[in-house]
Amino acid sequence: MKARFAFCLLPLLAACGQSQSALHPAGEEAARIHLLSLTLFGGAAIILLLVALAAWLAIRGPEGARTVLRAPRMVVLAGIAVPVVTLSALLTYGLWVMAKSSAPGGAPAARIVVTAEQWWWRVSYARADGAAVESANEIRIPVGREVELELHSGDVIHSFWVPALAGKLDMIPGRTHRLRLSAARPGIYRGQCAEYCGGAHAWMAFEVIAMPGAEFAAWLAAAAMPAPAAAGRGAALFQATGCGACHRIAGTAATGTIGPDLTRVGARRFIGAAMLPQTPENLSRFIADAQHFKPGAGMPPFGFLADADLAALSAYLSGLR
Amino acid sequence: MTDASLPSGPLPNALPRPAEELPQLKRIWATPGGWRILSAVNNTVIGYFYIGTAFLFFLLAGILGLLMRTQLAVPQNTFLSQETYNQVFTMHGTVMMFLFAVPVVEALGVLLLPQMLGARDLPFPRLGAFAFWAYFIGGLVFFSTLFFDLAPSGGWFMYPPLTSTAYSPGIGADFWLLGIGFIEISAIAGAIEIIVGVLRTRAPGMTLDKMPVFAWTMLIFAGMIVFAFPAVILATFLLELERAFGWPFFIAAKGGDPLLWQHLFWFFGHPEVYIIFLPAAGMLSMIVPTMAGTPLIAHRMIVVALIATGFFSFGLWVHHMFTTGIPTMSLGFFSAASMAVSIPSGIQVFAWIATFAAGRLKVTAASLFALGFLAIFTLGGLTGVMVAMVPFDWQVHDTYFVVAHFHYVLVGGMVFPMFAGFYYWTPAFSRKPLSERLGKWAFWLIFIGFNTTFFPMHLAGLLGMPRRVYTYPAGLGWDGYNLASTIGAFMLASGVAVFLLDLIRNMRLTNGTPAGNIWNAGTLEWLPNGVYSARSVPLVSSRYPLWEQPGLAVAVEEGRHYLPGTPTGRRETLVTSPVEARPQFLMRLPGPGWAHLFAAAFTAAFFLLLTAKLVTIALVCGVLAVVMMVAWMWDADPAPAGDMDIGGGLRVPTYATGALSPSWWAMVVVMLVAGALYLSYIFAYLFIWTVAPQGWPSATQMPAPPWLAAGLLIASGLLLAAAHAALRSGRGGRMVVAAGLLLGCAALSGALLMGGLPFWQRGFRPDANAFGALTFTASLLQLQIVAGVVVISLFACARLIAGRLDAARRVVLDNLSLLWVYAIAQGLIGLLLTHGFPRLVGGG
Repeated sequence: MKARFAFCLLPLLAACGQSQSALHPAGEEAARIHLLSLTLFGGAAIILLLVALAAWLAIRGPEGARTVLRAPRMVVLAGIAVPVVTLSALLTYGLWVMAKSSAPGGAPAARIVVTAEQWWWRVSYARADGAAVESANEIRIPVGREVELELHSGDVIHSFWVPALAGKLDMIPGRTHRLRLSAARPGIYRGQCAEYCGGAHAWMAFEVIAMPGAEFAAWLAAAAMPAPAAAGRGAALFQATGCGACHRIAGTAATGTIGPDLTRVGARRFIGAAMLPQTPENLSRFIADAQHFKPGAGMPPFGFLADADLAALSAYLSGLR
Repeated sequence: MTDASLPSGPLPNALPRPAEELPQLKRIWATPGGWRILSAVNNTVIGYFYIGTAFLFFLLAGILGLLMRTQLAVPQNTFLSQETYNQVFTMHGTVMMFLFAVPVVEALGVLLLPQMLGARDLPFPRLGAFAFWAYFIGGLVFFSTLFFDLAPSGGWFMYPPLTSTAYSPGIGADFWLLGIGFIEISAIAGAIEIIVGVLRTRAPGMTLDKMPVFAWTMLIFAGMIVFAFPAVILATFLLELERAFGWPFFIAAKGGDPLLWQHLFWFFGHPEVYIIFLPAAGMLSMIVPTMAGTPLIAHRMIVVALIATGFFSFGLWVHHMFTTGIPTMSLGFFSAASMAVSIPSGIQVFAWIATFAAGRLKVTAASLFALGFLAIFTLGGLTGVMVAMVPFDWQVHDTYFVVAHFHYVLVGGMVFPMFAGFYYWTPAFSRKPLSERLGKWAFWLIFIGFNTTFFPMHLAGLLGMPRRVYTYPAGLGWDGYNLASTIGAFMLASGVAVFLLDLIRNMRLTNGTPAGNIWNAGTLEWLPNGVYSARSVPLVSSRYPLWEQPGLAVAVEEGRHYLPGTPTGRRETLVTSPVEARPQFLMRLPGPGWAHLFAAAFTAAFFLLLTAKLVTIALVCGVLAVVMMVAWMWDADPAPAGDMDIGGGLRVPTYATGALSPSWWAMVVVMLVAGALYLSYIFAYLFIWTVAPQGWPSATQMPAPPWLAAGLLIASGLLLAAAHAALRSGRGGRMVVAAGLLLGCAALSGALLMGGLPFWQRGFRPDANAFGALTFTASLLQLQIVAGVVVISLFACARLIAGRLDAARRVVLDNLSLLWVYAIAQGLIGLLLTHGFPRLVGGG
């Protein structure tokens, strides 16, 4: 099943050039805004050309055109009447799109709690049986179904934004915001924190992976299982070095909740909040000196570990799938 | 007193003028030589200093912009570190907005307004100089924090909780809060000067309807500062209280709310855009008619549009908060308001186009910058309508699309007109005009460079690039656009360099022999000018006096209009009525001095040392600042010197009290500032209550009603009235007046104490929750006003003793009374709010 999943993702990677683009919508909400945007761009281009033409005629045009343009009536017409009509039409259109977006939908296909922290994303899937599946920096959703994201902040103000799927919504301490979104087709959509949140704001990204509904259900069921038992040197080092104080690996003694949940970290495509591709080498480098990649992040440097130990740790983590 | 009526026949003064008249005028208005020029207060000297400093900050912040563009030229660049970049972008925005855009506009007002209005100087030259020096010292120290790695890095918008102590423990944020708060106070001082100057020192006959559009925009600009800046001053005050003493206004866990900051900040921040843009539009409305050689079409419509923009701009601050999860109902309202504000701009654009059509546009460097403005600002306005559409904004908010949008609006709307203004007005102040050839080079480099820099940013933003990122990964489609932006930025910078070269080669500032009216312009700043402005103050009868009143320049220069000399033997300017501009009295103005300069330096030191936590030295500087202000004010109210002849058979008094005195108007503006600050506070109090009412006590937890405090407030008012009556009637002597004032001050202070103390006795603490913090903030704000009343009362008592305050010479007491009545009103409202409101709502 793993192989099949990887296979179906391959063609999508080629399109990653636009994976964070509002001009390449892949969801209903983003598509509505995209249409609105194109209308605005077209209208703006026409108005800009007309103003430029008017200015040119006023300066260099024939006397007839200049006589028309210098009349105060023209100022009233072009400066008041036309804008009032155009803007009223636009406002109506905009309010309609807004009403569509805010209309209460039916029961969502999934509820996912996303908590933004400096500078990563805590992700928690609510399961029907009340249990939660913990993850980080990667959000999986079923294709074609509306999901509800419950947005929180753990520290400062952040903003949740996946341009290809929907507009952004801020995550503010003390407030809970709900965002509904859906993906029209399977794919990987990149998102990024849009509200400046200090230090490594530039590297606070994540991915939304839209999967066919059945695959999503199967994935969620599998993810609810404890991590596969591993008794290697890496597992021992993980406990001995104290990684478990901040990180949780379900089914082991590691129960920390300060940093990202690592129960299935090996199955995630990136580490460091969509910063570095998931490879054992990158894992080693990140563990040895996270401050190099994300100055100010909570992860202390573990450069004192021997290379072999780092490799063993990375191998263990890569195996958590 | 009735206003003198204006003659319509022959010129006010006859020739020949007495031989001594002109030399005396020159001597009295002479600028101090050598290093003593620092003590100068004349509007031209201060105007030069002011514009020079503001332009320096433009260059410095521009260099920061180049550093940012260099870092972003390619993905994952390591030219700047994460922390350095964050400091640099914070400083770029902060310096451009607070140290360049607002001050340069204020500086242009200081330099141009007296000449344009036919005044000798602004009404409070030392206040203007104080505002400049405070800004100069504070701004330079603030900027230099960058060199010590102490600069703030929380963004120019400083959103808490990122800027709270928990996430910004260093002193960078304090530098921002105290430094910017202080510079805003300087901006308000300048605004007071401009409001009173525009309304009370116009040349006789220059009714509001005949006033140049630039003066209108400066009046609206200053009025907007008065109402907008207090909101951000309150915000910085609250955040500094939170950082220094743990008063939790913005901490959700203690009943505060981070969104309070955003409301206060944008209530200032949105009008700020128009504060910057309106005077630039005003400059264009001066330049366009001259370059087209014809009066502005739709003059009145433009004035109405400007006033409308000023009003609208206060009603759309929430459009910066469309993504904060605000209910859709209010989003709809603010969306409509944001669109409506574009209509007045449309009126102006088409009025300028109509003016082009009515005349023949001379294609000068100034015209090119004006046309460049038209193109860029129109596009910025169109993207402005786009971001006013809420769903569109959900996508582009906080992306490079918005960066592109506001640079089109601000650079297009303000920097292009500024360059147009430099090319246009330099001949009025420099022996040589700037070079047309270099000016056209500068224009094309800046215009093409600007568009190459900022147009691609629209696309980068739509492709998903957020703002305020120090770097970005490759492969998201942003690389090419970013490289283009960087190339454009250096081209833009080269255009600015050409302009600098032009300045160095051709700008030769002078106080007596400028190149003059080379454009054949029609307004008064193009009269022959000395350091005293025009030789005589013209009688104005049209909007373009130099076009429509033949021979005016010669007659003015010969001294045939009003006030050709200095009847009192001091610097003076004619004060006229606010609407009709009828001469009312001759105001004597102060000359060069040092006290205001030291006052500015010590005030700056007070704020900056406070930032560095050097509390003792800071307090010493604070006391010295007050001492310097007292020394400065001691001579500010000269004794009446009888009526003086200003020509045309007009004899005007040399002393005015009450509403006739410009200082009374200034005090009214100060009260408006204080009132706006207090309204912002009331908003904050009620806003936090709507968000977290559970923090409010029940009626049984509240202290007893503050009857004593209310009674003391009213008693202080009665004591003030008694002091007034004693001074007017002359009965009971000075001691009764002084006793009335001092006892009144004691009553005011007692009321202050009895308003807050009962809460403390009931166990409420300002650092416990947001309710406590807000309650005690009322006391702090009241303390601020009461301290002002006490200081001025002591000052008045000293003047009583020195014989400088009596029944006739009583401006100090008049103005003190205004502030005093305000203090009583604010005190009573504060009691109603802090004691009454919790009882009314009964607690959460």
